Amino acid sequence: MTAQSETLLAVDGVSLSFGGVKAITDVSFDIRKGEIRAIIGPNGAGKTSMLNVVNGFYHPQHGRITYKGKTRPRMRPYQAASQGIARTFQNVALFRGMTTLDNIMVGRTLKMHRGLFWQMLRYGPAMREEIENRRVVEDIIDFLQIESIRKTPVGKLPYGLQKRVELGRALAMEPELLLLDEPMAGMNIEEKEDMCRYILDLNKYFGTTIALIEHDMGVVMDLSDRVVVLEYGHKIADGTPEVVKADPKVIEAYLGVGH
Amino acid sequence: MLYNIFIDPFVQMAQMPDLLVQTLWEGLVSGVLYALIALGFVLIFKASGVFNFAQGIMVVFSALTLVGFYEKFSAAGFSGHTAAFVALVLTAGVMFVLAMLVERVVLRPLVNQPDIILFMATFGITYVLIGFGEMVFGGDPKQMIASELFLPSGSVDVEMLGGMVSFQKIDIAAAVIASVMIAGLALFFQKTRIGRALRAVADSHKAALSVGISLNQIWVVVWFAAGLVALVTGIMWGARSDVSFALEIVALKALPVLVLGGLTSVPGAIVGGLIIGIGEKLGEFYWGPLLGGGIESWFAYAIALLFLLYRPQGLFGDKIIERI
Amino acid sequence: MFYRETGQFKQSYAADQAVFPILQDRLGLAAILVVAFVIVPLFGNEFLLASVMVPFLILSLGAIGLNILVGYTGLLSLGSAAFMGVGAYAAYKLSTIFPGVNILVWILCSGFFAAGIGVLFGLPSLRIKGFYLAVATLAAQFFLQWCFVRISWLYNDNPSGAIEVPARTLFGLAITGPSATPVTRYLVVLVIVVGMTLLASNIVHGRIGRTWMAVRDMDIAAQLMGIRLLPAKLLAFAVSSFYCGVSGALMVFLWLGAAEPSAFDIKLSFLLLFMVIIGGLGSMIGSFFGAALIHILPIVIRGLPEALGLPIAAATVEHLTYLIVGALIIFFLIVEPHGLARLWQIAKQKLRVWPFPY
Ligand SMILES: Nc1ncnc2c1ncn2[C@@H]1O[C@H](COP(=O)(O)OP(=O)(O)OP(=O)(O)O)[C@@H](O)[C@H]1O
Ligand SMILES: [Mg+2]
Repeated sequence: MTAQSETLLAVDGVSLSFGGVKAITDVSFDIRKGEIRAIIGPNGAGKTSMLNVVNGFYHPQHGRITYKGKTRPRMRPYQAASQGIARTFQNVALFRGMTTLDNIMVGRTLKMHRGLFWQMLRYGPAMREEIENRRVVEDIIDFLQIESIRKTPVGKLPYGLQKRVELGRALAMEPELLLLDEPMAGMNIEEKEDMCRYILDLNKYFGTTIALIEHDMGVVMDLSDRVVVLEYGHKIADGTPEVVKADPKVIEAYLGVGH
Repeated sequence: MLYNIFIDPFVQMAQMPDLLVQTLWEGLVSGVLYALIALGFVLIFKASGVFNFAQGIMVVFSALTLVGFYEKFSAAGFSGHTAAFVALVLTAGVMFVLAMLVERVVLRPLVNQPDIILFMATFGITYVLIGFGEMVFGGDPKQMIASELFLPSGSVDVEMLGGMVSFQKIDIAAAVIASVMIAGLALFFQKTRIGRALRAVADSHKAALSVGISLNQIWVVVWFAAGLVALVTGIMWGARSDVSFALEIVALKALPVLVLGGLTSVPGAIVGGLIIGIGEKLGEFYWGPLLGGGIESWFAYAIALLFLLYRPQGLFGDKIIERI
Repeated sequence: MFYRETGQFKQSYAADQAVFPILQDRLGLAAILVVAFVIVPLFGNEFLLASVMVPFLILSLGAIGLNILVGYTGLLSLGSAAFMGVGAYAAYKLSTIFPGVNILVWILCSGFFAAGIGVLFGLPSLRIKGFYLAVATLAAQFFLQWCFVRISWLYNDNPSGAIEVPARTLFGLAITGPSATPVTRYLVVLVIVVGMTLLASNIVHGRIGRTWMAVRDMDIAAQLMGIRLLPAKLLAFAVSSFYCGVSGALMVFLWLGAAEPSAFDIKLSFLLLFMVIIGGLGSMIGSFFGAALIHILPIVIRGLPEALGLPIAAATVEHLTYLIVGALIIFFLIVEPHGLARLWQIAKQKLRVWPFPY
């Protein structure tokens, strides 16, 4: 997208450690509204931890995070969710005992407000709300082409489909910022292509801002507007894919010294 | 009111230190026995991840079996120390058979099921043991064959702190035997091949499989070990009171001990046992009258609950790391 | 052949979001209700009504309550009997303090007291999980039971320490106390249980139910979807305890007629847990299956020797019951760890493709 658009999220000097392990050290970067931002780096670089910081699951020891112009205090994950940050996970974190449909319906939780009384009767406002949200969920199911597994318990689905359902669940939240943690890991070429198309479509037609962790460099180069590179918790490069690809530090980090 | 709760009990403690010592000692002894039951839980939980609800009933069952064998022998005109020890060995044999049966009939078919299913299955074992035990041995309380097993009786009265404190010899014996047993188990885990294998299983089932340790054997071994621990507990407990299925409710007290210590920790079971045992006796003696007495029935659970709020994984439990 | 969804196209999401989307299911349910409301009261004898059906329904209600907590929300509880007790004592106190108000009102209100206490003991569930929580719920079990014994105000200083049900009427018909006939008691229980089951089923099929299941399946991901764990878990505790409380009140008022504190001891908690697990975690119909099995099986075992003319002592039969129930628990867990409800589903699945399974 255009480089001039405004900043949606700014990470400023964030450091995070677990006991003695330093997962992230003094990392700053920003995500602009409407862009696809990739976060790459070798295993253990702190990418997942970074996303966890962004949506409030980990609390950094140092640094500030500014989201939608507001520097936010320590917040809880559900608060991040209610501010429009959605997420998929590196190791699929679906609700295994529930069907595809129910999993995605859970994504609508924040959009549903009827309380116990109406829920109990399953009538009137509660039923209307249920149907309105079901309609939205069906659109997502159509978009992701998972109509046939609507009523299948997700535990029984193959891995690639699970990742797709997980994306659907995140989309159901109608997020402004979508965090994707290795959405294509373990997929074959066709599945990857499908997933790339969904991500691009999302970005293009719905204007969703996306932060993406991915190991497949080809995918990263094709999809992303800008890339930030982490290594051992430090940021070593930041810029457009072409710039980053040419950066000697990145080449070294990926290929190791002496190559 | 506040005075009664926060000051008066301590004044009493200071005024009559001999009574305090007596209470502490009684707490210590029941704590040791709780710890022993909890130890049986920990053994099984560590090696197989099964929360074995049947441990309490195994205590009762083994004690009843022991007494039952001895009664048969003495009915045949064969009694005394030798008979008692033969009965002991036979009971150990029964516990081994039980371990085998449990592994074959219950654990093996349920491998890889969720924890709660295995937990429920041990409820099934509990019911089977209760039904079977009562059918064979009847529901009446029985006398433990304490003196035949060279366990002392009577008490030592020590004059101290301006009063008399009396120590039951059997309690002293219980404390000593429990300590020996715990040391023995620790050695077994550290030094023997099978002990190391057990620890490997505890750390990772897959790892254990990949170095060629048979899970089935290990289950039999831990259940047998837990059975022996149950037997010892049953003897000590039976010697202090009677042997009957009423012990079952006492065995439930091992649960707060267990969570207090952290489900997987042997030292945790011991420390937890002592805390609960002593806390409970102190609570009952000094604070119980304020509430109308009988608080022993829930005090242990309340201690455990409050403690867990502060440290959800127990004293020595592995810290729960949440990742995603 | 006869049970299938082919040809039943849903015209709207409303139809598809219904609790029973398949026509035959609805017909089956209707048939069951006809049997329960018409056939059983007409043809059932006193034993069937008073000793089989009434307890079965009341225990089912308790099992539904526990299932909401254990099966739907994944919070293991060993204290459900104590919450039943809270309901029973609350109903007793209310009905003796305000004798003018209809007893059914108090029976339903007693649920709120149980819910309140349940929420109190549910507070630790935010920090404490799994087996640790199970043990923590034992604190509720033993503490509340101690209260039932020690606080004599709860049983109106009755010297026996028991609560005795006063005789009360509805539309002039005795529904509690010795003069209430089994048929009226059965029908009253049936109406309450069916109604409350319907409500519970609605809850678990809607947003709240999904929230609970999300917490059960993966609480971290649930949080990241905007679900707040504490309110979700406390609501589960509240609803669950409400059901247990009403079930406890019904148990005393329409089944036992009088109860001592030991009626709500830990054995009952265990029995409810068996029902839930054998019936099927996270299944409404499973709660009924489980209650049927656990309640009716011992009756059958007790009755069998007599029916066959075998001279077995009563005590032995009691022990045999334990043995057999224990063995059956293990058996069912091995055959189908997901409970009778899953077996039922599989059977329906088979029926759906019958007679051409390919
Ligand atoms: N909850 C935690 N407790 C302790 N250490 C943690 C925790 N979460 C992450 N770490 C550590 O922080 C470091 C960074 O981990 P992170 O998962 O963020 O890496 P990553 O870049 O996502 O790696 P990968 O490509 O393998 O997913 C690692 O050393 C990891 O062990
Ligand atoms: Mg990662």
